[in-house]
Amino acid sequence: MSRYDYKHQLGTSQSPVTRRISLMQAIHLDAPLLGGLLVLVCVGLFVLYSASGQSTDTLLRQLLRIVAGFAAMMVMAFIPPRTYKRWTPWLFGIGIILLIGVLVTGTEAKGAQRWLAIPGTGVRFQPSEIMKVVVPMMLAWYLAERALPPGWKPVLLAAVLILLPTLLIAKQPDLGTSLLIASSGFLVLFLSGLDWKYIVGLAAAAVPAGAGVWMVMHDYQRQRVLTFLDPERDPWGAGWNITQSKTAIGSGGWEGKGWLHGTQAHLDFLPESSTDFIIAVLAEEFGLLGVCALLLIYFAIVARGMYIAMNAQDTYSRLLAGSLTLTFFVYVFVNIGMVSGILPVVGVPLPMVSYGGTSIVTLMSSFGILMSIHTHRKLVST
Amino acid sequence: MPKPITLKDHYRETRVFARRAVVSVFVVILLIVALIARMVYLQVLQYEKYSSLSDDNRVSVEPVAPTRGLIVDRNGHLLADNRPSYSVSITRELCPDIDDTLEKLSRLVEISDSRLDDFHKRLAQRRRPFTPVAVKFKLTEAEIAIIAVNQHLLPGVSLSANLVRHYPHAEAMSHAVGYVGRINESELQKLNATRYSATEHIGKTGVEAFYEERLHGEVGFQTIETDARGRITKVLERTDPVPGENLQLFMDLSTQLAAMQALEGRRGAVVAIEPETGGILALASVPGFNANLFVTGIDYATYNALQNSKARPLFNRTLQGRYPPGSTIKPIVGLGGIETGATTWEYSIYDPGFYKLENDSRFYRDWKKWGHGVVNLHSAIVESCDTYFYELAFNMGVDSIHDFMAPFGFGDRTGVDLINESKGLLPSRFWKKATRNMPWFPGETLITGIGQGYMLATPLQLALSTAILANHGNKVQPRMVKAIGGTPLPAPEVGPPITLKNPENWDRIIKSMRDVVHSAKGTARGIAKDLPGYDIAGKTGTAQVLGIKQDEEYDAEKIAEWHRDHALFVGFAPVQNPKIAIAVLVENGGGGGSTAAPVARLVLDAYFESLRQDANVPTTRAVQTP
Repeated sequence: MSRYDYKHQLGTSQSPVTRRISLMQAIHLDAPLLGGLLVLVCVGLFVLYSASGQSTDTLLRQLLRIVAGFAAMMVMAFIPPRTYKRWTPWLFGIGIILLIGVLVTGTEAKGAQRWLAIPGTGVRFQPSEIMKVVVPMMLAWYLAERALPPGWKPVLLAAVLILLPTLLIAKQPDLGTSLLIASSGFLVLFLSGLDWKYIVGLAAAAVPAGAGVWMVMHDYQRQRVLTFLDPERDPWGAGWNITQSKTAIGSGGWEGKGWLHGTQAHLDFLPESSTDFIIAVLAEEFGLLGVCALLLIYFAIVARGMYIAMNAQDTYSRLLAGSLTLTFFVYVFVNIGMVSGILPVVGVPLPMVSYGGTSIVTLMSSFGILMSIHTHRKLVST
Repeated sequence: MPKPITLKDHYRETRVFARRAVVSVFVVILLIVALIARMVYLQVLQYEKYSSLSDDNRVSVEPVAPTRGLIVDRNGHLLADNRPSYSVSITRELCPDIDDTLEKLSRLVEISDSRLDDFHKRLAQRRRPFTPVAVKFKLTEAEIAIIAVNQHLLPGVSLSANLVRHYPHAEAMSHAVGYVGRINESELQKLNATRYSATEHIGKTGVEAFYEERLHGEVGFQTIETDARGRITKVLERTDPVPGENLQLFMDLSTQLAAMQALEGRRGAVVAIEPETGGILALASVPGFNANLFVTGIDYATYNALQNSKARPLFNRTLQGRYPPGSTIKPIVGLGGIETGATTWEYSIYDPGFYKLENDSRFYRDWKKWGHGVVNLHSAIVESCDTYFYELAFNMGVDSIHDFMAPFGFGDRTGVDLINESKGLLPSRFWKKATRNMPWFPGETLITGIGQGYMLATPLQLALSTAILANHGNKVQPRMVKAIGGTPLPAPEVGPPITLKNPENWDRIIKSMRDVVHSAKGTARGIAKDLPGYDIAGKTGTAQVLGIKQDEEYDAEKIAEWHRDHALFVGFAPVQNPKIAIAVLVENGGGGGSTAAPVARLVLDAYFESLRQDANVPTTRAVQTP
């Protein structure tokens, strides 16, 4: 792949439409994906404006993060997949070291060590956030070199590669992120053709293992697990959030109460209304139709991501693109499932909509990688 | 052993991936459908439930207290109004540590232990979440300022202004107007919960209690939107409360103040009635107390001091005090004697200083040791001769006395618009048989004739009977309230007038009473001096507290104050066209003529002065409304 090819292609194209698309390709952006993401962030900003109590301040800060996210995306899109592949093991190694570093020296926030400060700069970041991208990269790198579907030995090693960062993050403790990272790694394995018998076996093993852990737990620990699984057992604690978010969603009805007219959010009944629970604000103000529209946008993005994955030219790119796309959807599902009360409450923001910086930059970076995969393809002449 | 070579089969890998990708997309679609199904369940199937939950969250109906009606005297002088008072409260739900906050608060303002007890008691009671509980009332300007400045250090602490009842003449009006206090548990059970849902105070005594219904007003409601912290964000709907009605009393403030002043330092009561209407011009029970103390909750020490005081300031002597009326009833008994034929105006006796019944060794003594000499009914009233009335009573018999006196209001409640009125006691044979299962003894009739023995009357009853006498038998009902909300109250139904066989006897008995004041031998002649343009008909009374043994003599100097005689005076003025009837009682005050009559004179002077000033003002002053 060389810039020469594109120059050549640019030179031969005649129609202005083709030229525009080609221009997008020249800067390595994928127009449909970019369009979907732009629609999504616009919807997100509208909801955030309402959820934040019409704070333009919040809106501007979020906009700044989105701009930073897009910048990160463009940078990531510009780097060819080959380079990612080459750097993958190093990135993984550095990531693991950083995770260990967090456990040793990390700064504490809300009772968990997740942040690592860069000495002398005052900047701090969450290495676990980087691992959301690096773990699928590592799995894709490892499996791309093996004959697929993988045999039991590569599966075992892949499991080690997943568990190592997962356990390190779980120790921070950040159960939500560690589970999401584990699932992103697992998705690579799944896409690589992991034999169904492993999947069934894993599910079958989980039952007795869970039962075994349950048997040795103290009563108060069991209560905690039960509350985690069913927050409504504790209506004034964990259940308060869920009751209020279900009330917000349910009272939205078909068409919702109208933008800026959601009472649950505006009167502070809904906790975390700008961050993790922002979907409840959308559901309250725009109703079932609004939720369906949002899900449609998410589906369009996921569909485009899977299209890119299927059209990728090498196994590494395919696996990476597929797993990043599916991981994105896992975030969406876990968040909405949690807010609507069908999944336990884990701190997962709604991708691209929830207020908060790291998540947007990470997600946009992974979309940058997708675009890189799609726009750096070697053109197969026919 | 040759190692098996695993070759990468790109075509196969692509196919495997494509299959897995399709499965993934299928699962994604399935999960999206699951999410939509969940949303349909919540937003469509359960919409009603969550919609009403959301409304319950934000909308609540809150009662709004009505403003209590004002109370003014006959000339529009304020006797009870509502003033803003600042209190500091703590909302438990917003306060991270109650004890710590109280500790900090008590460093800023002084909080008494009894207030703290009360606070903890109220905090423990069931109430709506986010309801503030008061810690201290009636904050001074300085206290308000110091709390306001430090409020950021005291989460959950709030200042609030309420309208609180205030009595400008708290001590003078303590028994007449009464006071409001916090609604207690037993009152709460009897009240209409809706009507009083925003009300904290209720009339406890006096006019405040009797006219609670009219003074209270109607509660208003507002539908409010609140946020999760219970703060009101919007008023959606409001029904304004209807303020309570203003009351205008018959009472004349200056007359009442004069009565309080005249009894200053003593224990006693003054009741003054307008004979024409029955309107109470003065209702003074001395000592009074500061009624304002009771409004926001009196502390135990002050309350106990009031409760245990020997002078009994909390006791309303005018309505509840039962005293032997003594000689003050002689004009009515005399009138009864004439009416029943037991005596005539011409009939006279010789008074040796005592009366003796046949078959009774006891001497019934006159207050004047050596007797009054020859007395008839007129002189017996003027000089207050006991011997004459012993004989008259004996001739009438106790039942005749009872029957004649009952229409004057003795022995029954007057029906005044105040609470806790006592009946007094007008004895009869029937009464003694019914209550004590004892026969009536003739000697008891004798002492009943001079208002001693079983007979007991309240100062209000004495004033009423005097008013009826002044009215020539036309009955009135004593009442406090003249007008409600500007509309005069109709005069209550009273029984038929007392008719005499010869109506001239009214004037003759009144003439005797006039001579009590305006003749050289009258027992109240001392108050006739320099009367400002009116004359007085009256009767003194000196009621024994202790029974005097046969061979003992009463000597005020030798016995304890608490055993001295009660001093009484009844009267009305002017004699023709009476404007005021009065009863004065001074507990253990000694002689009626020397102690009680001068009190009456001061009160009468004050009233006529007030009337004169009122006449100078061309138009009647309207009820003041701030």
